[in-house]
Amino acid sequence: MSLWSYANPRKFLDRVEPLSRWLFAAAGACLALGLGWGFFFTPDAVNFGSSVKIIYLHVPSALMAINAWLMMLVASLIWIVRRHHVSALAAKAAAPVGLVMTLIALATGAIWGQPMWGTWWAWDPRLTSFLILCLFYLGYIALWSAIPDAEAAADLTGVLCLVGSVFALLSRYAVNFWSQGLHQGASLSLDRQENVADVYWLPLVIAMLGFALLFAALVVLRTGTEIRLRRIAALRARAQRSEGAA
Amino acid sequence: MRAVLLRDLQLAVRAGGGFGLGLAFFAIVVILVPFGVGPEPEVLARIAPGILWVAALLAALLSLDRIFAQDAEDGALALIATAPVPLEGVVLAKALAHWLTTGLPLVLAAPVLGVLLHLPAGAMPWLLASLTLGTPALSLIGAFGAALTVGLRRGGLLLSLIVLPLYIPTLIFGAEAVARGAQGLDPLPGLLLLAGVTLGCIALLPFAAAAALRVTLR
Repeated sequence: MSLWSYANPRKFLDRVEPLSRWLFAAAGACLALGLGWGFFFTPDAVNFGSSVKIIYLHVPSALMAINAWLMMLVASLIWIVRRHHVSALAAKAAAPVGLVMTLIALATGAIWGQPMWGTWWAWDPRLTSFLILCLFYLGYIALWSAIPDAEAAADLTGVLCLVGSVFALLSRYAVNFWSQGLHQGASLSLDRQENVADVYWLPLVIAMLGFALLFAALVVLRTGTEIRLRRIAALRARAQRSEGAA
Repeated sequence: MRAVLLRDLQLAVRAGGGFGLGLAFFAIVVILVPFGVGPEPEVLARIAPGILWVAALLAALLSLDRIFAQDAEDGALALIATAPVPLEGVVLAKALAHWLTTGLPLVLAAPVLGVLLHLPAGAMPWLLASLTLGTPALSLIGAFGAALTVGLRRGGLLLSLIVLPLYIPTLIFGAEAVARGAQGLDPLPGLLLLAGVTLGCIALLPFAAAAALRVTLR
């Protein structure tokens, strides 16, 4: 039994979709622990007061906003190469979740930026590339919903996802060329000595894990819904045909 | 390929082809800006590169759905697809036709409009260079977007939602090169990056657009 056997929609509904319950539970536990710990049991930062605590929402949602697009890219590639319908539907299911993550990251960033930078919005490279990412999500979702034929929609959005990824990456570096930044560098990294202070580190990682689990749970659930929708459409079409024959 | 190119050019130039509409739109957008921001020469000179580039972008967008939509409606696209020329070549020829009828007139008209916006004379060569290098990328990206949305009713609005984000790198490099030229800085990095974007588009996007067209023709 290889991993690919789960690309069978039936098997996906039987084995994988029930997992979403456990994923939701794990995500809830991680988020409660990470956010609760972060919000109530970490000290205020010296220069920022308690506003620093928005980091527990901002960083994980920004992380998942990018990872959701990467997941869509991988799923689109699998669809184009191996033509597993579950893969295409998973990409479709992930897009709105990724869009919401992008919006959460932008909104929490604005709420933090108002008292700290004195402005809701700055045309900073990081902020701008997130706004551009948001536009790419919108175009992708709009293309899915505009094409009536399911298979053509999966193909065309797959191609858009591949080309869009290249241009999103290009935009990410193009905005560096165009404007200087206000945003700080990465708060967490594996290869540098200086990270965010230790007291904030563990709750932040737990909150990131919680967001990742939440994303996985939502995508699995939504993929299951998409498979059922596809089945209903097929059953309807069959019923109409038999009515026409009778 | 030459036949496709000549056919598209003839269709565009003849009556009802909409040739010149994009150019008129470009001029009107640029002329409207001083009414919005006021006639001060310093302000206009400062924003002129960006305005000219954004207006060129919108003018190119205006005629995109003509690239494939009419051919798809009357069935010509299915016939062209059976021709011995690969579909990638057809896309390239059609994008070239779109550039010759939309992009090239924009490039030629831009200096006149630059004078209206008080763009410094030193920046004029850079404006011409950046538009010449950048507008082919606009046509190719647009041809890709048009191929994605060719089978759809009400594809026009969707087309702009898909294509405009893809235009962002071209816009940044193009406008930045002119702006640096206007300020007396070295505009060469922007121009080189712009040329890179265009060459990358020429090399890769015909394949993506042809893949999309094959899905629609299936």
